[in-house]
Amino acid sequence: MNIVVCMKQVPDTTEVKIDPATGTLIREGIPSIINPDDKSGLEAALALKDSAGARVTVLSMGPPQADVALREALAMGADEAILLSDRAFGGADTWATSSTIAAALRKLPFDLVICGRQAIDGDTAQVGPQIAEHLGLPQVSYVSELSLEAGQKSVVVKRVFEDGYQRIRVKLPCLLTALRDMNSPRYMSVSGAFEAYGKQIKVWGLADLGLDPQSIGLKGSPTRVKQSFTKGAKSAGKVYELDAKEGAKLIVDRLKEKFII
Amino acid sequence: MDFQIDKEHRLLSQLFRDFAQNEVKPLAKEVDEEERFPAETLSKMARYGFMGIPFPKEYGGSGGDNLAYVMAVEELSKVCGTTGVILSAHSSLCAAPIYENGTEEQKRKYLVPLASGQKLGAFGLTEPNAGTDAAGQQTVAEDKGGYYLLNGSKLFITNAGPAEVYVVMAMTDKSKGTKGISAFILEKGMKGFSIGKKEEKMGIRGSSTCELIFENVEVPAENLLGKLGGGFGLAMRTLDGGRIGIAAQALGIAQGAIDETVAYVKERRQFGKPLSAFQNTQFQLADMQTRVDAARMLVYRAAASKDAKLPYNVEAAMAKLFASETAMEVTTKAVQLHGGYGYTREYPVERMMRDAKITEIYEGTSEVQRMVVSAAMLK
Repeated sequence: MNIVVCMKQVPDTTEVKIDPATGTLIREGIPSIINPDDKSGLEAALALKDSAGARVTVLSMGPPQADVALREALAMGADEAILLSDRAFGGADTWATSSTIAAALRKLPFDLVICGRQAIDGDTAQVGPQIAEHLGLPQVSYVSELSLEAGQKSVVVKRVFEDGYQRIRVKLPCLLTALRDMNSPRYMSVSGAFEAYGKQIKVWGLADLGLDPQSIGLKGSPTRVKQSFTKGAKSAGKVYELDAKEGAKLIVDRLKEKFII
Repeated sequence: MDFQIDKEHRLLSQLFRDFAQNEVKPLAKEVDEEERFPAETLSKMARYGFMGIPFPKEYGGSGGDNLAYVMAVEELSKVCGTTGVILSAHSSLCAAPIYENGTEEQKRKYLVPLASGQKLGAFGLTEPNAGTDAAGQQTVAEDKGGYYLLNGSKLFITNAGPAEVYVVMAMTDKSKGTKGISAFILEKGMKGFSIGKKEEKMGIRGSSTCELIFENVEVPAENLLGKLGGGFGLAMRTLDGGRIGIAAQALGIAQGAIDETVAYVKERRQFGKPLSAFQNTQFQLADMQTRVDAARMLVYRAAASKDAKLPYNVEAAMAKLFASETAMEVTTKAVQLHGGYGYTREYPVERMMRDAKITEIYEGTSEVQRMVVSAAMLK
């Protein structure tokens, strides 16, 4: 069984700062990590490898520095890593990103593709589902549990919503998007970390994927960021300890003070 | 000359830091206050290969090196001095002498379970009347043909109790002085081998420090480690390696205290501004970090020397001397910068100060390290 895990290297902070001039993320000085949802997706793949046997390939699109995230994945137990990196891929929106990743997946054998639900820097949750659409794969998003059925022809997953869940059987090959609550990802092993730099990471560029330059990167991106800004800090607020009736009165009074009601 | 950490070791350092922060730090206060041995942490450490970092994979190890090992002890000790010394004593004082002196059979039987973390190791040299004067051994091993009969006791043995494998020194020929000391591998459960009183300590309180008692213990002849009469040299070489581990523990404790202090002085306000805005705070922190960075270079140099198979005993002595005295000084300053809160159990710096003190004492006191360093200068 071949599993491909798509992952993104992201800045290690939920307090992402945006450059007001360019509208892009400021990455300098912020340590990078594997996006948490993706890391849980990787753990799910490695758990399947442990229990049922599988070859796990990690796939990432990003600048050459994303190499270290792939090394970490190898040190956790992934068998192979591929980095999609080319200047032509830069500035991609979710559509151009998913087109690029789908092109790479067409070159790879897979029974299961696992993506994280969304990245903590962009928060779109679009790339995984778009990849499935490009490849015509069945997809289940918001997966919190995954088990492989006997015969390895299908998986059963738990799809979580705010107010309930679905249990879905889906035939392989398919694409899942994983939630970070799905599991606690393992650490790298000491020997894995020692050996991670001895392994070859394939780097595929535009020429390797045979894509039209107009369909990828900034040129292939139908969405453009018009404006980005960092939210102003909220004041600390006040805490009152009152019973329900007094509390309601206080809220009404304050809203009246501010001419809201 | 290259002062940069290579990328493999950067990745390893990230692993050790993540593990220490997520798995070890949350338990540190409880482990100290309840004098509780953190067995659950050790099984996790075993899973990821922490218990045999510098040993080859064929012997159950992780195939790494001593630099990686000291980084592990450093990161663990940043948040919990107890966990740091458990790994150090296991790895440097028990697994290492078996790896370096053991026969192939001994390595298969004892190193494999130690390095893979199935079993914990300990080392017995110190006795009630033989501390720094290690030559004054009173534990005796009598050759009975086919086995040795061990009688005596050992004191202050780190990991004693939970450990299942013990490297123990005993006199095989009293007439020869230090040349009459030999090393043996003992297993927990051998008839006549028992664990005595557990010490109540000032610091590293979660580590198990006990007496070992030998009453007519029959140790098979094949458990002689190294040459007959070679035990003193084996113990001294083992301690040279152990000092690198303790130096790393001291380094970690010191850096951990600085990390706590930096966070505290940014939060704590006096006279309308954070403590970090006062020049006294700034200068103290600068001195603390400068000393700790110097200690780190000495510790890494000693580990790298061992990895390069160069002599490292003076480097190890310097590293331990400087790192342990730095740990004591830095943790004391950290408590001072925390003020009254620093003296309470609410903040971890008082624990770090208590943990730091032992690093100036065990595996060769600071005075012994000065003897080692000056002896090499004056020979």
